[in-house]
Amino acid sequence: MTTTTEPADLTELPETTLLRFATAGSVDDGKSTLVGRLLHDSKSVLTDQLEAVERASAGRGQEGPDLALLTDGLRAEREQGITIDVAYRYFATPRRRFILADTPGHVQYTRNMVTGASTAELTVVLVDARNGVVEQTRRHAAIAALLRVPHVVLAVNKMDLVGHQESVFAAIAEEFTAYATELGVPDVTAIPISALEGDNVVEPSGTMDWYGGPTVLEHLETVPVSHDLAHCHARFPVQYVIRPQTAEHPDYRGYAGQIAAGTFRVGDAVTVLPSGRTTTVTGIDLLGTPVDVAWTPQSVTLLLADDLDISRGDLIAPAPDAPATSQDIEATVCHVADQPLTVGHRVLLKHGTRTVKAIVKDIPSRLTLADLSLHPHPGTLAANDIGRVKIRTAEPLPADAYADSRRTGSFILIDPSDGTTLTAGMVGESFAAPEPVKSEADEGWDF
Amino acid sequence: MTTVASVTEETDSPYALSHLDALESEAVHIFREVAGEFERPVILFSGGKDSILMLHLALKAFTPAPVPFSLLHVDTGHNFPEVLAYRDRAVERHRLRLHVASVQDYIDRGVLKERPDGTRNPLQIVPLTEKIQSERFDAVFGGGRRDEEKARAKERVFSLRDEFSQWDPRRQRPELWNLYNGRHAPGEHVRVFPLSNWTELDVWQYIARERIELPQIYFAHEREVFARNGMWLTAGEWGGPKGGETVQKRQVRYRTVGDMSCTGAVDSDADTIEKVITEIAASRLTERGATRADDKLSEAAMEDRKREGYF
Repeated sequence: MTTTTEPADLTELPETTLLRFATAGSVDDGKSTLVGRLLHDSKSVLTDQLEAVERASAGRGQEGPDLALLTDGLRAEREQGITIDVAYRYFATPRRRFILADTPGHVQYTRNMVTGASTAELTVVLVDARNGVVEQTRRHAAIAALLRVPHVVLAVNKMDLVGHQESVFAAIAEEFTAYATELGVPDVTAIPISALEGDNVVEPSGTMDWYGGPTVLEHLETVPVSHDLAHCHARFPVQYVIRPQTAEHPDYRGYAGQIAAGTFRVGDAVTVLPSGRTTTVTGIDLLGTPVDVAWTPQSVTLLLADDLDISRGDLIAPAPDAPATSQDIEATVCHVADQPLTVGHRVLLKHGTRTVKAIVKDIPSRLTLADLSLHPHPGTLAANDIGRVKIRTAEPLPADAYADSRRTGSFILIDPSDGTTLTAGMVGESFAAPEPVKSEADEGWDF
Repeated sequence: MTTVASVTEETDSPYALSHLDALESEAVHIFREVAGEFERPVILFSGGKDSILMLHLALKAFTPAPVPFSLLHVDTGHNFPEVLAYRDRAVERHRLRLHVASVQDYIDRGVLKERPDGTRNPLQIVPLTEKIQSERFDAVFGGGRRDEEKARAKERVFSLRDEFSQWDPRRQRPELWNLYNGRHAPGEHVRVFPLSNWTELDVWQYIARERIELPQIYFAHEREVFARNGMWLTAGEWGGPKGGETVQKRQVRYRTVGDMSCTGAVDSDADTIEKVITEIAASRLTERGATRADDKLSEAAMEDRKREGYF
C-alpha cells in the first residue's frame, strides 16, 4: 500500500501492551467515581452509554446522571444500588490497553477481590483522606500481598475535603507503605487524588503542586508488565496433544500449551513430569510459525526428540530445573463457595492442566484479615474465609511455591458432586515477611 | 515529592507481548482447554466478524491438525445472503461440519410465532437451546465480548448453563487465574467466550493484522435502505418497508451482522479495513448502540435474554 503522512491509519501504529489491574475500595471511598472518571476521561464512555445512564437516572427521579449505573450492569445491582459481582471493563490510551477487574468493596465479597487480584498485575487501593488507613484498607493490602500482585497503588481520595494538605497525604502514605512493605508488597506508589474533581486521576492537579509524581493514569500507562516472568523457572503444562495423522503431516506430534513461566528454547534438555523422563526440545511452533525461543504467556506447541508417553496434565520443565513432585500440599486458601470447606472433605484439585482427587487433611489456622491475627484449628472455612490447609492428593503434583510462580503455584478446589468451584489455593508460605504483625496465639506465626 | 518506592522504569522489555499477542495467546489457551476437557464442543457461527475471528483462532490453536469442533449456525431466516455465502465457503474450505438450527422451521411448524415488531432475534433462543440438547453439545463457544454490553461485562469465560440453558448471574463460579472450571452435570453445558477480553477495536486491528477475509457488508457499499427506529434497515421480503417508510439508496456499512430485521447499517465511506478502524476509533457510539434495535427494548434487555439461554 502507498505510504502517506496522514496519522489516521491505526493499523500502522505500533501495537501497545496490555495491563490487567483491579480496584479495591470500601463502599463510600469513591471507587465508582474513580472508575467512572478513568473511563470517562480516557474517552471510553460513548454517547449512547451516557444517554442510557441519563435516561435511567431521570427515570429514577435523580437530578444528574448517576455514573454508578455505568458499572452496575445487573438488574439486582441497579435495584439495590450496590455492586454484587466482579465486572471487567476495557479502556485504552495510545500507550496501553487496560483490563480492569472492577470488584465490589463490601467485606462479604473477599472472594471477589481475590478473583480480581488473581489475574491483576496491579491493584489500586482507595482510601478516604478523611479516614486514613482503616481496617478495610489493611484487608485490601493483605489480599494484594497474599495474591502477590506485583504493584500496588494507594490512591488517597477526597483530598479536596482535607484542604489538599500534603501532611495528611504524607502521613497516610507512610503508614500504608510501612504496612504493605511488611506484608511483602514489592512496589507501592501513593497518589493524592480527588476522583470527584479529577485531580491527579487523568489530569495533574492544579491545587496540589507539592506533589511531583505521576497521575493514576500515567502510572498505569508506564508500570512494567513483564517484570521478569520470562526469567523464572520455565514451566509448560501440557494442554493437548496435536496429532494430525494426515498425508501431509503423518508423523507430527506436538504438545500444545501456554507457557506458564520462563522461557523455552530449541535444544533445551527437558524433563516430563510426573514420569521424570528426559528429552530435548527439537522445535517450537508459535501458532503455525516455527520459532527458536518462546516465553510466558505465549501459547505454543513443543516438539520433542523422543516419542514419550505424554498427555494432558503432564508438565514439561528444563531438566536441570524441574520442580519436585509431592502428594502433600500446604497452602493458603481463600474459600469462595457458600458451602463450607471442612477437614476430611473429598475434593478435586485443578493445578495447571491437571485435575486430581484430593482430601483436605487439616485446616491449621484461619486468618483474620483486618489485623492478621490467627485462629488456630478452626476445623472449617466458610465463604470468604482465608486460612491455611494441608491437602493430600491422589497423584503426585509438580507444584511450585506461589511466591515463585503465580501460575504453577496456584490451584482451585472443586466439589466433585456438583462441580462448584470451592476454594482458591496458593502453595507454600504466604507472605514474604514471616514476622507476626499481631500474634496472641501460642502457635505463633505460620503465614 | 512524597511518593514512596515509585516506579519510573519504562516498559520496553523484550519479553513484553503486544496486546494483540496477549489476547491471541489467551484465546488459544481457552480453545485448547475446551478441546482437552469436553466431549462435544461446538462453535456458534453466524458469519459475523466475531465468529469469523473465533474460527481463525481455533484454526491457529490446532494447526497443523484440523479444528476439533463443528459449527452451529442459528439461522433466523432473515440472513444477509452475502453472509450465508461466506458461511458455506468457510465450511467448505476448512472441511468443517455445520449444524443449522432454523427459526423458520419453528415458525412453519407453529412452535414459534412471528412477533408483531418482526424482530426474530429473541426467537433464536428456542431453536438454539433445543439444538444444544438434541446434539448433546457440552461446550458452546460464543463470540460475545464483555465490552459489548453491561450484562456481558459480568460474564465468565466458562459460563455454566443449566439443562434449560439458563444463565444465573448471581450464581456464577468465580474465575481464578487461568484455571477454568468446566465441570457440568449431564444435560448442563458450558458457554465459552474466548473473546471475552477483546474490544471491537482489538477485533478489527487483529483482523487487519492477520488479513482475515470478511463478508463485504462490513465495508461501505451502496444499498437500498429505509429508516426505522432511528436505524437504516435493509429493504427486503422479511418485512420492510411498511406503510410510511420509504426506500432510498445510501452509502452504508454494517458494524455487526445479525438478523436483518434488527441490525442497522451506519452511513459510512469506509471501504477498507484501515478506514473501518479509523472510523471506529473516532465513533462516539458503541457497536450495539449504533446498530442493534433489540438492546433498546429495555434497560436490561440483554441480561433478560441471556438468562433465558441467549448467547
